[in-house]
Amino acid sequence: MLFWVELFASFLLIMGGLFILIGALGMVKLPDFYTRLHAPTKATTLGIGCILIASMILHPLQGAGISIHELVISLFLFITAPVSAYMVAKAAFQRRTKLVEGTQNAEMSKDILERRAPQAR
Amino acid sequence: MLNTVLLVVTVMVGLALVLNTIRLLAGPSTADRILALDTLYINSIALIVLLGLYFSSDMYFESALLIAMLGFVSTAALAKYLLRGDIIE
Repeated sequence: MLFWVELFASFLLIMGGLFILIGALGMVKLPDFYTRLHAPTKATTLGIGCILIASMILHPLQGAGISIHELVISLFLFITAPVSAYMVAKAAFQRRTKLVEGTQNAEMSKDILERRAPQAR
Repeated sequence: MLNTVLLVVTVMVGLALVLNTIRLLAGPSTADRILALDTLYINSIALIVLLGLYFSSDMYFESALLIAMLGFVSTAALAKYLLRGDIIE
């Protein structure tokens, strides 16, 4: 029983580490800012969620009692990650950060910057 | 088994920290640097949680929570400064 719990927690830890590594790789490899925004806001948040769940499983096994700190941390991170991503994206958009070649609906960005409704095609 | 897994995951998170630092130093725009800094905050939370598991200690979670809150507030303040040129108008 104990072995299976530890195996499950180890699987969650490995998945969390992999997702964090994938997020960092996306930060380096992706071509422009708006595609780079995807990697840390999705993959890294999922990775740290996995690691916090593994910590929540393993903590009672190590004789420290049930702890809800991890739940508080993961709730806070899952609430604040989209908010901060939205704020950074809006700031970058207002500063006219370059879009990568082949972005769909790129011609609509001029209308949005001047606060007009985008023209339907 | 668990200690080996913890070491492997710590190496993964450390590698992620190095890659994010590359983006922090090389990022062409300021928004890239803010994003890299936000990701560095989240990765350091993961590192602190792993440290708490490795030493089977309860002391590290308060610092992780503190870093989470400071990371969000600093990212929000930097984005606001980039957007408006001022934080509190």
